Amino acid sequence: MPKKDSSIQKEKMRISFYWAASCGGCEIAVLDIDEKILDVVAIADILFWPVAIDTKYKDVEEMSDKYIDVCFFNGAIRTEEQEEMAFLLRKKSKILVAFGACAVHGGIPGLANVANKKEVFDVAYIDNPSTDNKDKIVPKTKSKVKEGELTLPEFFDTVKSLDQTVEVDYYLHGCPPTADQIMTAFNAIVEDRLPPKGSVIGPLKSVCDECRFEKTTKKIQKIRRVYEVDKIEEKCLLEQGIICMGPATRGGCNARCLDANMPCTGCGGPTPNSLDQGGKMISSLASILGVEGEEAMSDEEVDTLIREIVDPLGTFYKYTLPTSIINRKVMKE
Amino acid sequence: MSEFEPNIIGFLCNWCSYAGADLAGTSRMKYPANIKTIRVMCSGRVDPVYILEALKKGADGVLVAGCHPGDCHYQSGNYKANRRMKLLKTMLVELGLEPERVRFEYVSASEGKKYADLILEMTEEIKRLGPNPLKKII
Repeated sequence: MPKKDSSIQKEKMRISFYWAASCGGCEIAVLDIDEKILDVVAIADILFWPVAIDTKYKDVEEMSDKYIDVCFFNGAIRTEEQEEMAFLLRKKSKILVAFGACAVHGGIPGLANVANKKEVFDVAYIDNPSTDNKDKIVPKTKSKVKEGELTLPEFFDTVKSLDQTVEVDYYLHGCPPTADQIMTAFNAIVEDRLPPKGSVIGPLKSVCDECRFEKTTKKIQKIRRVYEVDKIEEKCLLEQGIICMGPATRGGCNARCLDANMPCTGCGGPTPNSLDQGGKMISSLASILGVEGEEAMSDEEVDTLIREIVDPLGTFYKYTLPTSIINRKVMKE
Repeated sequence: MSEFEPNIIGFLCNWCSYAGADLAGTSRMKYPANIKTIRVMCSGRVDPVYILEALKKGADGVLVAGCHPGDCHYQSGNYKANRRMKLLKTMLVELGLEPERVRFEYVSASEGKKYADLILEMTEEIKRLGPNPLKKII
C-alpha cells in the first residue's frame, strides 16, 4: 500500500464503497451502470470495497482523516460492527453518501423494528421450522473455546438508518438506486456541482408522475392483492384495487415496477416535504377506498373494508420504518 | 405521587364538534381539563401524520371529532376521517400501541352533553391504560 497522505494532491478521485445491513443489491447496482464503470475507474481510484476488492478494515484505519473523497455507504445499521464502520468511514471521508433505501431510510432490514434482538434471534436460530437447534444456541458477543475467547459484534434491538448514526452529506434513494441516479450523483461530484449538503439526489415528484398508466378518478370498492388479479388492465393499479405506494413515494426510478405490471412498494421513501410515508399512504388510501356509497355504509362494512388491507405496517413502511415518526414497535416488558 | 393525568389532543371540526364543545362550555358543563383542543376546518383534513406526531411527542390520547354522517359541511370529510382513523388504528396495533388511545367520534353542534361525557369517558379510559409508552423509549 502506498503511503497515504491527504496533503499530496492526487489526480485521481478516491472513492470507497461499504455495505452494512443490506442484501448486496446496491453493490450490484453499482455495476448496473455497465460500461460507464470504466469511466468511473478512469477518473477515480476505488480504495475500499469489501465485496469486490481485497482490502481490510485496517487499511481504512491507517488512512489519514478525510483521505477518501467520496464514500458510498449502503445498508442500515443493526450491529456494532456496522456502527463502527459508519463512524470510521465518516471520519475518513470528505463526502459520505447514504446509498440505497437501507442506508437512507432503514430499508427492509428496518422492519426488524417490529421486534427486538431476542425475538429476531428466536425466529432465526430456534423457532424456524427448518432449524434444528436443540441446545438453543444463539450468537453471543463473547464465547469461550479452548483456544481462548471468541468475539462477535453486538446485535442491536433497533435498526437505524445511516444518518441516525453519523452525519450524512447526500442521499441516493431507491432499492437499489437506478443506474441513472448513480451516474447523476457521480457526475455531480466529479464536475463539482453538488446540491446543498443534505440533499437527496433525485427528483422532487412522486412515482405516479413517472408512471405509464392512465390515471382517472380514484374510487375503489375492494382491495385486491396481485395474485388475485387475473389480468392487469392498462390503467392505474390503485384504481384496480391493488395497493400501489406510488402516490406516497419519491420517484426517480421511472416507475420500473409499474412497467413490469407490479405495484410500487415504496422503496423511494416519502416524497419531499412529507414526514412519514406510511401516514401519507393511510391518508390517501383511506380516502379512495369505499368512496362510492360511503353515505350508506355502516360502520361494520367500513371495518370489513379496512380489514382487507393485510399488514398495513409492512405494506406502508416496507422501507422506512426506522425513519418514520414512530420508528419501532413498543415492546411489552 | 399524584394521580396520572393524561394529555389528550382533540382535533375538532369547525362546524359541528368545536361548536359542540363550545356549547358544553357555555352551558357550564363540567368535564376534565385533560383535553387540549385544536380547531380544524374539517375532520377530513386531519392527516394521520398529525396523530402519529402527537403520539410521538407524548400525547396519551388523540381524539378526532367530526360531524354526524350526512352533516359534513364539505359533504364527505367525516367519512374519510372515519376510514383513516380505522386504518391508522390497525397500524398502531402493529406498532404495539393500544388502539383505544386514538378515537374518532361524531359530535354535532347541539351535543354539548355528549361532548362533555365523551371527554370524561375518554379521560377515564386513558387513565386506565396509563401513560403513552412511547414517552419511555423516545
